[in-house]
Amino acid sequence: MSTKTLHGIFDDEEILLSSVKEIRANKIEIKEVYSPFPIHGLDKALGIKETRMAITAFIYGCVGLSLGALMIYNIMIIDWPQNIGGKPNFTFYHNLPAFVPVLFECTVMFAAHLMSITYLIRCGLFPGSSEKNPDPRTTDDKFLMEIEVDGDISKVKEILAKTGALEINEKDD
Amino acid sequence: MQKEAEIRDPLILGNKTYHDITVDVARPVEGKANKYWWILFSLSLLLFIWGVLCIAYTIGTGIGAWGLNKTVNWAWDITNFVWWIGIGHAGTLISAVLLLFRQKWRMAINRSAEAMTIFGVVQAGLFPLIHMGRPWLAYWVLPIPNQFGSLWVNFNSPLLWDVFAISTYLSVSVVFWYIGLIPDFAMLRDRMSSTLSPMKKKLYAFLAFGWSGRAKHWQRFEEVSLVLAGLATPLVFSVHSIVSMDFATSVIPGWHTTIFPPYFVLGALFSGFAMVETLLIIMRKVVSLEAYITIKHVEYMNVIILLTGSLVGTAYITELFMAWYSGVEFEQYAFLNRATGPYWWAYAIMMTCNVLTPQLYWFRSIRTSFVATFILSIFVNIGMWFERFVIIVTSLHRDFLPTSWTMFSPTFIDIGIYLGTIGFFFTLFLMYARTFPVIAQAELKTILKSSGSEFKNKK
Repeated sequence: MSTKTLHGIFDDEEILLSSVKEIRANKIEIKEVYSPFPIHGLDKALGIKETRMAITAFIYGCVGLSLGALMIYNIMIIDWPQNIGGKPNFTFYHNLPAFVPVLFECTVMFAAHLMSITYLIRCGLFPGSSEKNPDPRTTDDKFLMEIEVDGDISKVKEILAKTGALEINEKDD
Repeated sequence: MQKEAEIRDPLILGNKTYHDITVDVARPVEGKANKYWWILFSLSLLLFIWGVLCIAYTIGTGIGAWGLNKTVNWAWDITNFVWWIGIGHAGTLISAVLLLFRQKWRMAINRSAEAMTIFGVVQAGLFPLIHMGRPWLAYWVLPIPNQFGSLWVNFNSPLLWDVFAISTYLSVSVVFWYIGLIPDFAMLRDRMSSTLSPMKKKLYAFLAFGWSGRAKHWQRFEEVSLVLAGLATPLVFSVHSIVSMDFATSVIPGWHTTIFPPYFVLGALFSGFAMVETLLIIMRKVVSLEAYITIKHVEYMNVIILLTGSLVGTAYITELFMAWYSGVEFEQYAFLNRATGPYWWAYAIMMTCNVLTPQLYWFRSIRTSFVATFILSIFVNIGMWFERFVIIVTSLHRDFLPTSWTMFSPTFIDIGIYLGTIGFFFTLFLMYARTFPVIAQAELKTILKSSGSEFKNKK
């Protein structure tokens, strides 16, 4: 039997959300949901795992802090220690208060940029990439639920229609 | 579904649907510019060109083209630098701090406020660059291995902290802005009834990075926005604290005060919100966004201006008190000279525009009037420029030796460069207003049902 892809199109996020719950209660797997804006609670309803973006930011921040400290230590203490305005330059920790601003900026710079780059890579977003949403209306005011069905599609169609889909399009794979 | 108290005023007026928001945000990009846009753009461009010529003259002949002298060796350049950096701060406050506080009213204005931040920081960055005299050697401020006997930058210096702070601030602001722009560029790309030329469509498709609006992507988007806001919040406070340390870590009476970091940060937010109002009150008319940028938004901003203005006023008075209470006669003289010396008029402008006139916002009728707000926002812009002028020039013009005492007067090059940056700023902002989605429409759609006027009336 061939696999078919069903696209159910909704025009309200609350109807979509209740439909998602209904369909998953019927043990039908939803492949994807496309929406024009983030919908509160949709990730939980779809059973999507929590994202780990914040953890990456923490790790990148630690990397930035360490690299910043290493850079300053090498420049100010190891390579060419100088007496500047009587500030103690022969140990890192004595001179540390003056290094706090730069260490902080290094932390933020690494965390923000590397997390954003990770986000773009994980979502497959890059300049010039072609659009991947099946219907252009999903960035305007429509919500699209994509379901891959093996075999009998009438049951899925029925639930979609019952739970409020405005349009149901099928596509052969 | 988020719920909101019914007595709260709606933030989106006029029975909008999701599609209406799309159309309204896409309109300035798809339509033709009107007469006012062209007039403003031509004026800004002329000012910008004049500024470029003045900068070229400065670089060609040297910093002697400015009004600086041996006593007042910092004047308009650093005044303008601090002024522009301060203006940038409101953008980050709106997009980051108000996001952390879950303030819904930020959504209609955060895109433009962030654009203002980025364009403002670009202007600010110009001043240290040209003040170097030889801007082609600007890379010397970076900690790069070199052949000058391994001569490193000095991490004890607040000027180097500035380099790190400003570059981090600018680049993180751009990233934060762009992450939010991606879904909105995708909306422009996907417009069916668009009147965009194929070239423009291709451009927006390029800028949209292939955004599709998948559930997982939105989940990551929200988390990334939240973490970026969390990072940008201490960043924005650090930037102006570090700018204030350019002065506070010196030994000049009038600069050497521990109150400077919080006082500068508050002043920055104060002036930034004034500039946001100046820009948005014009923009909502020029690109017809009256339904989204409402009097309620303006009122909220006016409350922040009232608060920060009063705190800045408290800081002024604290400075005077501390000078008296310290018992140090040099400190006492510095502040007495500020208020009653030859630059008393600058001090009077500062006090009037920053402390007195914002108090008018206690009256609801003034707080909720576009005309009054626009006029008072210009007052704040002027007052905050004079605040930096007062701090910098009046502290320097009475040197340690009375024989060195002198006055500062700007040359036409000083004035030309300052006006040039205003022209550059408005040129960038006007181009932005015609080519970018000026409202974060994806985010705005999430509050339509809780804060839209139609949905409020239904309940």
